[in-house]
Amino acid sequence: MQLIFEKSMPGRRGFDISACDVKAEAKIPAPYLRKTECLWPEVSELDVVRHFTQLSQRNFSIDTNIYPLGSCTMKYNPKFTEKAAGIKGFADLHPLLPQLDHSLAQGALEVLYHMDRLLSEITGMDDFTLQPLAGAHGELTGVMLMAAYHRAKGNKKTHIIIPDAAHGTNPASAAIAGYDIVTIPTDKKGVLDLEALKKRVNPETAGLMLTCPNTLGLFDSEVDRIAEIIHSVDGLVYYDGANLNAMMGRARPGDLGFDIVHINLHKTFATPHGGGGPGSGPVGVKSKLSRFLPISRVIRTKENQYALDYDHPDSIGYVASFYGNFGVIVKAYAYILMLGKEGLKEASEHAVLNANYMMEKLKAYYDVPFDRRCMHECVFSASRQEKKGVHAVDIAKFLIDQGIHPPTIYFPLIVKEALMIEPTETESKADLDAFAQAMIKAAELAESDPACFKDFPKKMPISRPDEVKAAKEIRCNFFA
Amino acid sequence: MSSFISNTHADVESMLKVIGAHSIDDLFADIKPRHAPKSFNIPSGRSEFEVMEHLYRVAAHNAVHLTSFLGAGYYDHYVPAAVNALASRSEFYTAYTPYQPECSQGTLQALFEYQSLICALTDMNIANASLYDGGTALYEAMMMAIRITGKKKIVMDGGVSPIYRTIIRSYTSNLDIEFQETPVVHGRSDREQIVKILDNKTGAIILQNPNFFGAIDYHQDIVDLAHAQGALVIESVYPISLGLLKTPGEVGVDIATGEGQSLGLPLNFGGPYLGFMATRKEYVRKMPGRIVGETTDTQGRRCFVNTLQVREQHIRREKANSNICTNVALCAIQAAIYMSLLGRKGLKDLATVIFQKAEFARQELGKIKGVEVKRSSPTFNEFTVCLPVPAIEVIAKMAKKGFAAGFPLVRYYPGMDNYLLVAVTEKRTREEIVAFKEALEEVLCS
Amino acid sequence: MANEEEFFFTKEHEWVYFDDNVAVVGIAEYAQNALGDITYAELPEVGADVEQFEQFASVESVKAASDIFAPLSGKIIEVNKKLEANPELINKFCYEKGWIAKIQPSDLNEKNNLMSQEEYEQFLEGLDS
Repeated sequence: MQLIFEKSMPGRRGFDISACDVKAEAKIPAPYLRKTECLWPEVSELDVVRHFTQLSQRNFSIDTNIYPLGSCTMKYNPKFTEKAAGIKGFADLHPLLPQLDHSLAQGALEVLYHMDRLLSEITGMDDFTLQPLAGAHGELTGVMLMAAYHRAKGNKKTHIIIPDAAHGTNPASAAIAGYDIVTIPTDKKGVLDLEALKKRVNPETAGLMLTCPNTLGLFDSEVDRIAEIIHSVDGLVYYDGANLNAMMGRARPGDLGFDIVHINLHKTFATPHGGGGPGSGPVGVKSKLSRFLPISRVIRTKENQYALDYDHPDSIGYVASFYGNFGVIVKAYAYILMLGKEGLKEASEHAVLNANYMMEKLKAYYDVPFDRRCMHECVFSASRQEKKGVHAVDIAKFLIDQGIHPPTIYFPLIVKEALMIEPTETESKADLDAFAQAMIKAAELAESDPACFKDFPKKMPISRPDEVKAAKEIRCNFFA
Repeated sequence: MSSFISNTHADVESMLKVIGAHSIDDLFADIKPRHAPKSFNIPSGRSEFEVMEHLYRVAAHNAVHLTSFLGAGYYDHYVPAAVNALASRSEFYTAYTPYQPECSQGTLQALFEYQSLICALTDMNIANASLYDGGTALYEAMMMAIRITGKKKIVMDGGVSPIYRTIIRSYTSNLDIEFQETPVVHGRSDREQIVKILDNKTGAIILQNPNFFGAIDYHQDIVDLAHAQGALVIESVYPISLGLLKTPGEVGVDIATGEGQSLGLPLNFGGPYLGFMATRKEYVRKMPGRIVGETTDTQGRRCFVNTLQVREQHIRREKANSNICTNVALCAIQAAIYMSLLGRKGLKDLATVIFQKAEFARQELGKIKGVEVKRSSPTFNEFTVCLPVPAIEVIAKMAKKGFAAGFPLVRYYPGMDNYLLVAVTEKRTREEIVAFKEALEEVLCS
Repeated sequence: MANEEEFFFTKEHEWVYFDDNVAVVGIAEYAQNALGDITYAELPEVGADVEQFEQFASVESVKAASDIFAPLSGKIIEVNKKLEANPELINKFCYEKGWIAKIQPSDLNEKNNLMSQEEYEQFLEGLDS
């Protein structure tokens, strides 16, 4: 398929600007002017529409395909939330207005205030910041809060403890905040090795970062005891909220002993992934950390108005330019209002039901590293298939030919040839059966004709791109 | 059941049988009674209709009806309908990060085109597939410069947005980085101070063009100074201005960043926005964020993949360039659509129209008694005026007259109580500008 | 190994042999195999001082990036410029044409901290179990 630049024809226009209705005398002095020509294409609106429409048709998406990516919570994105975010009163609002006069943005501030309250109640925390613009951004904010707490107390803390099963953003965030990383192994039951943890925790432990349920889809019943161990050295326990979809209404990180949590609105609260963003990663804290939260915060004044509050001298400052990805927050807000107490609990229940169903359907065909009930996602190993020369990536390419987006592969790192399946609550039994059928077919094919996998996918416009060539040649700009 | 759950009660029964559990509660056996929530006081669910009605009522309490002269980095531009029509195709917005290239060529090619468009805009070699926003992009550029040079002294021009400077300070308060800020003199970068402070310990100097006060500058001399000392130059730019103004590439800037909201994104009360970053090819491995690269497949067909992922958190973990996981893919795609529609001539025309209108507004406001329009530097779309009374009061009165008059600089610059930053976009008609001037005149007379 | 030199190894899978008193350094078969197709090698500056077991270079493949640690302390006197255009030399000829750098050692006694080829082969067996 051509690039938009290859469709360019001199003289074509995509969009006409209204004619200038003023005349001004001044000119920009010559040295300030651009001498080069900007090489943007010259295409008509129809060219652009055909081009991007055709491009979109080259994507798998939740709206077109089953998309059971583990750890991503690819649940259905309700259309009314798009409409909500598009309401003119939200979409056209300038972020600086409440900094001039809070009465100019009462609606937006109300949304932020209520989201703070709702998320606090859902997670069992005391206060939230909605500023972080993505999950990883929330993690970084969370670790910065941890560091601020310890600094204020004069604690000498050198390291953060992270399970070996953790997502790469955890150690990356901790390192950026200036901490060393201590890794604790996962035990034979698929949860954190408690004995190993007890040995490594010492007064210099700043805290522990935990995903719960963990990245193997397993809920560690000892989580509260783990929190106590960390608290005993005045460490803080951080909750990576990637898997919150497993337990809404059944358990709250705040009750389990977590001091800081981050949530992914684009996972648990159904805002769209957008092909890789924009997301939103609000961070919640227990009151002992509230004073460090980023500013501004939204408060209710004596006159019952909503206002921005910057009066927090211990705040870590700004982690983003404004109040967070408001356009994303509105969607999550609408979703929470629609589902309500019962709907959120139901979502988790069906997420867990669907994952266990998949586990049951596939355990005869794929190795299960930890043979126990899973939560909202299940992890298999393609090690049986690998012995025949068929790797997790080959099974993924086979699934693409069946019109199914592959599950997450090669994560978590501690499982060889990992295949992580998270169906979410919005998939039906019928679709899960179809998915299971495809996985079973792959397993059978791996036995009978393993060599054929090298050619998959065969039905897509492209197959097995040369990633080595891409990394060596680094062609990232059409014009260079 | 909530309408988003497809399974019926019959499905549930059947699935529980397969699993070998009596009830859904059985599946949660690992969550013990002591783990139960202390409370879960979320309001009960409502219908789609009720939720929408509620949101319309809430949204009505936001002042979007004001004729806007408020900018400060975020502008009220017209976004053609085709941008939303295309970006709201669910194949784009309900897809995930393109880790499986064969079923995500739509996103990957669109991002490759976005990268190329940003390079063409800025005259730089290589761009990433976007960062969260202009402020965090500037912070990332600074960290990148420190990685490249190994030097931790950063010179910051006072004309860089105070919002961005606050973000950078927040992130680096515990890092061993030395900041030196140079003032703005008559609207422009203070060369005298820069010469004094820039030395061979400097990792980078950070500039902005046009600067926060709206003034345009020509930074070639500063670039030469910095390079002579082995320091990099980072410049944050307003993308539409590059339809007319000298590009970072032409001047020799090493890393160009900026806020891409003006490239087809609504104001959205602060986000989602779009941070762009472009640099020299030799620095590509030190650049954070996703990068899409061109390659071929097993049959030699051109295609696109996420490349240089080894820099990223999911592989490099604690040694990653940054902890960034996502970009703002959908926003980048929206921007790519907008840039394609606008085209090279459209960009130039748009920039010209904006400049003309801003100049006209500047002229008009200059006619008001007591209003001093700052003229020491040329400006592009935004300019500073000094009022005879505090700007905050004027803004409140102008809001009652239906105008968002501008940004009061005192908000970030103590002592500048009477200063107002006024922005003009292509949406402001002659009538609106004249009405604005007349309203301001009335307000100042009263 | 095609070379007749006496090779020494580190736990991080670097090798070194001595050409007169100059140490030639590269990465071993185990490392290049684990990395997969190498796409880029970040080489040290000629003239730089390095310390034994400190990171002094790195290599990247599509799936991993690996730090390379100096087997000996000393000064870098030459780097393998061919790796710029052909990083895959490390995969194909990791003990010969895929050498990474040459070090002028500052303390030859540091050899005692390295493994002999036999010791390294035993070490490898220990890893696989």
